[in-house]
Amino acid sequence: MTATLVAPPTRAAGRRARERRGRTRRMLYWIATHATAVALGIAFIGPLVFVLLTAVMSDNQTLTDELWPHSWNWGNFGEVFAKSPILLWLRNTMIYAVAGTLFTLVSSIPVAYALARFRFPGRRLAFLLVITMMMLPPQVVAVPIYLIWARLDLTGTLLPLILPMLLGDAFSIFLLRQFLLSIPREYTDAARVDGCTDFRTLIRVILPMARPGIAAVALFQFFYCWNDYYGPLLYAATNVDSWTLSVGLASFKALHSVQWNLTMAATLLVMAPVIIVFFFAQKVFIEGVTLTGVKG
Amino acid sequence: MAGVPLRRREGFRALLWLSPWLVGFGVFFAYPLLATVYFSFFNYDLFSLKFNGLANYRYFMQDERAWLSIRNTAWLVVVMVPAQVLFALGVAQLVTKLKSGVGFFRTLFYLPSLVPVTAGTVAFVFLLNPATGPVNRILSLVGISGPDWFGDKDWSKPGLTLLAMWSVGNIMVIFLAALLDVPRHLYEAAAIDGAGAWRQFRSITLPTIRPVLMFSAVTGVIYTLQYFTQAMIASRVAAGVTDAPGTSFVPGYPEMSTLTLPQWLFQTGFRDYAMGYACVLALVLFAASMAFTLILLRQFRGFEEVAE
Repeated sequence: MTATLVAPPTRAAGRRARERRGRTRRMLYWIATHATAVALGIAFIGPLVFVLLTAVMSDNQTLTDELWPHSWNWGNFGEVFAKSPILLWLRNTMIYAVAGTLFTLVSSIPVAYALARFRFPGRRLAFLLVITMMMLPPQVVAVPIYLIWARLDLTGTLLPLILPMLLGDAFSIFLLRQFLLSIPREYTDAARVDGCTDFRTLIRVILPMARPGIAAVALFQFFYCWNDYYGPLLYAATNVDSWTLSVGLASFKALHSVQWNLTMAATLLVMAPVIIVFFFAQKVFIEGVTLTGVKG
Repeated sequence: MAGVPLRRREGFRALLWLSPWLVGFGVFFAYPLLATVYFSFFNYDLFSLKFNGLANYRYFMQDERAWLSIRNTAWLVVVMVPAQVLFALGVAQLVTKLKSGVGFFRTLFYLPSLVPVTAGTVAFVFLLNPATGPVNRILSLVGISGPDWFGDKDWSKPGLTLLAMWSVGNIMVIFLAALLDVPRHLYEAAAIDGAGAWRQFRSITLPTIRPVLMFSAVTGVIYTLQYFTQAMIASRVAAGVTDAPGTSFVPGYPEMSTLTLPQWLFQTGFRDYAMGYACVLALVLFAASMAFTLILLRQFRGFEEVAE
């Protein structure tokens, strides 16, 4: 009798205690994972914060190991423009990135279209060659290519970097092909039945459907040109009028005998456009990157 | 659907569409590759071309700096690539476990990989500089006296590894997508069978994402074989040298510790104009990258069939 009276509350209490324990465990787990994420987030963003803090320090303070600026010298960013030809570097970088991206799209889309849509002998070989070109280090074939441009007297300019993009870029072809394969064949077959030529099918059917893929490729290519150091160093370093932001920034501190504060201000100026573009086009990026990886 | 005549017609049309790329393939790939082999038997300084047989190859065998650069590149492949892959996997795994703020943290972890390589490298040379850098300052707050990083031959490559781990966002995003693709019901079934977190990771997660993991590791190795920009800039900024015309600088500061094979190729070919010898180095680089590219192509074979 007493047992039956006592037992129900005990069972209920036991369940409540178990639930409490489960809740506590879940909460500890939540705290542990999120604390780790926050710590990692600080590690990832910290370098950028210190770059910013140093960029606004005074010349004197930048010689110390203090972390927080005594005074916020926003004028340092103006100093960068006064002390270095950063606008010229920016102009050259923009020419390289914009022309390079446009040329790449115009030349790579048709190739990707052929690789993804036509059945022909050697199609697999062509695709494997694209991957091989994409993977081989640019330095392997650098000497003969340099000699071609030297014979054309175009070293010292950015043209040796821009012009080849008229003949297709392996990475862009690869990425576009992967994307075009995801468009159901029925659409292009239907267009063909309606009497569309290959060209019309590409313009009217493929391009509108492939817009996200094309956007990703354009962004990647733009950033590739914007960030490229090896190419401009090889072809343009010998002529200061052709320097890009990457070459200029790499030499900035020693060339203009400035302190870390101005160097960090210049570093931030080079980063800023990329980061701003990213916040507007985040989705395109993440989807594009995912596309490069899901191919095992 | 495709009869033989149709296939042939499609072949002609495909050829038409492919023609710009075929020209590019010939001019910027096939020809230069053959020319590299050809020039490797010559003494070539941009003006005079003199046959010298195997002399370049013999010189390579005893070129200490070439071997040093190969050892440095090997160090990066053995240490930096696994560090990147494991770190990216850990971060991606963590993001899948988060209950809130997933988008925020993913953006935060991805952001550094977008920072232009030049800017990121210059920033790290500052962050790690022993005199005024914040990293050693913070280390000293907890009683650790930090190393000289890019000024010390034993710490320059670990410094570059930190930079590589910081900008690991691309791989992280790829892993994250793969992890989210693992069917949930597999975990639920395993949990009912009493499998713990580690057991689930080993028996379900790893086998499922193995192809993606393999792909990232192999491409990581291939990209590391070309490792140039970060090492070049770190050594120049740390040594206080510019890219200005007429500046002579042998890369690899400090004490050749950051000299990679592509840098030594660049130096011999385009600064010292020993172009025939640079071609020998190019062929070494070609052999190494080709070996790993072949592994990759084998993976693609399976993929091709799925895509058809």
